[in-house]
Amino acid sequence: MNNLAIYTENLTRNFGIVQAVDHLSLEVPRGVIFGFLGPNGAGKTTTIRLLLGLLEPSQGKAEVMNYDTHTQADEIRLRSGALLEHAGIYERLSAEDNLEYYGRIWRLPAGERSERIKELLTHFDLWERRKETAGKWSKGMKQKLAIARALLHHPALVFLDEPTAGLDPISAAALRDDLATLVAREGVTVFLNTHNLAEAEKLCNLVGVIRQGKLMAVGNPVELRAKTGVPRVEFIGKGFHESVIASLQAHPEIVKVEHTDDRILLELHSSISTAPLVNILVQAGAEVEEVRKGNASLEEVFLTLMEEEK
Amino acid sequence: MSADILTVMWKDLKETLSQGGGRGRFGLLIFAAVFGVFLPVQAGIAWLTEPLLLVYWVWIPLFLVSTVIADSFAGERERHTLETLLASRLSDRAILLGKIGVAVVYGWGLSIACVLLGVVTVNIANWQGTVLFYGWDVFVGILFISLLGSGLASCAGVLVSLRAATVRQAQQTLSISIMVGFFILIFGLQALPQEWRIMVTAGLSRVSLGFIIAVVCIILLLIDVALLAAAAARFKRARLILD
Repeated sequence: MNNLAIYTENLTRNFGIVQAVDHLSLEVPRGVIFGFLGPNGAGKTTTIRLLLGLLEPSQGKAEVMNYDTHTQADEIRLRSGALLEHAGIYERLSAEDNLEYYGRIWRLPAGERSERIKELLTHFDLWERRKETAGKWSKGMKQKLAIARALLHHPALVFLDEPTAGLDPISAAALRDDLATLVAREGVTVFLNTHNLAEAEKLCNLVGVIRQGKLMAVGNPVELRAKTGVPRVEFIGKGFHESVIASLQAHPEIVKVEHTDDRILLELHSSISTAPLVNILVQAGAEVEEVRKGNASLEEVFLTLMEEEK
Repeated sequence: MSADILTVMWKDLKETLSQGGGRGRFGLLIFAAVFGVFLPVQAGIAWLTEPLLLVYWVWIPLFLVSTVIADSFAGERERHTLETLLASRLSDRAILLGKIGVAVVYGWGLSIACVLLGVVTVNIANWQGTVLFYGWDVFVGILFISLLGSGLASCAGVLVSLRAATVRQAQQTLSISIMVGFFILIFGLQALPQEWRIMVTAGLSRVSLGFIIAVVCIILLLIDVALLAAAAARFKRARLILD
């Protein structure tokens, strides 16, 4: 398990009769950005709390960087950074003092602390405003400051709980870009809780989907789309008449046909060559200008998984 | 661990002093003016010689500490900074002692500042060609009683703040507890049978002031230790997060 940042085995946490995390078995290798996808109340935040040793499991076990969450939580917290459900910014203090405080907590020497604070605040374009009281800042700026705080002490692992929640689309996209650059530069393992699929698709190289405390699927986004999503082909062109549609519907590999005047979308049983399909269309009198082949988006995969076993 | 305690104290002191902005600092000036200037001028030389005025130095730190200690955990919880703090590398003990420490420093520091300001005021208002000061036993008593009084209020306040959902709730509980404590003390003494009270008064008149101060200090110390142990037992990360 040396190359694993996170390992859980049947990790379970109950709150009364509610199973917030239900027999979660998960392996996250070091150096990846792991996206933990799930709707609100799926158990994502509880999982982070369990992994940080802030809550004790009802059953099962978890190891973070080879440290047991039950008996060696201090070691885990020493080596990780966290942006939890709330940004946790001290609003009466300046941005610089917020980072200064956590720099002291992680015992960074004074010189290194100042340099690191400058480096991170500069990266997030906050350096010029470092003396301002953080309470006066926008939510996006506070989130950036909280990410800077989580990365301040060069942790091996960072937990981010919905870092872009509540931000407008422009701020969220900007924060994602900043985060992606920073994480790549620092080479840190990231455990990212999110219900934002675009975020997971952009940032993560490994994704787990959780629903009602249960892990539904895990893999990289491409694998997940291939495994869970339906293969599909899209044709753009002219002359997509009823007879053309009927000839496609007769094909045994085609599950579903959706069409408009200039567009046909086919869902297939399996990934097949598109050339015979183009032939069918041309022979039926249609003109094909463009063919696009692919799988369902991560969003569709996610929605399919959310529908399963309901 | 002492570095971690000092770190928590550093942040809390910064936050405390920034609380309320200029109005907060003005409030402290008014407080210092009352206990360091107005009352010493009113009392005259008795401010430095009357042993009964020692009671002030139990009450002043209690009052000062109770204004800031309610914020210690309830404030962090209310402002959503507690979970991030608990997810840091700080030990339970460092967080707890840091929170208590800063309240003690605040309450005790301001009390001593009022004591010294009072000495200056009495000397200026009643200059007799020589510097007037407290008797050594009274001064040492003030130092220890105000320190232990600050400790008592801090430990009790942290215990309340750990359980409270909001700062206001913590402040209310703490104010009521202090009031109830005083009532129990006053009515308890009055409820003692006449012979007992005569016996206690006679007993007190036979012993030195230094002895009485020492006994009070020991009682305060024991209460402080008991409250600190209770606060340490109450401090559980999982419980604090789920609360």
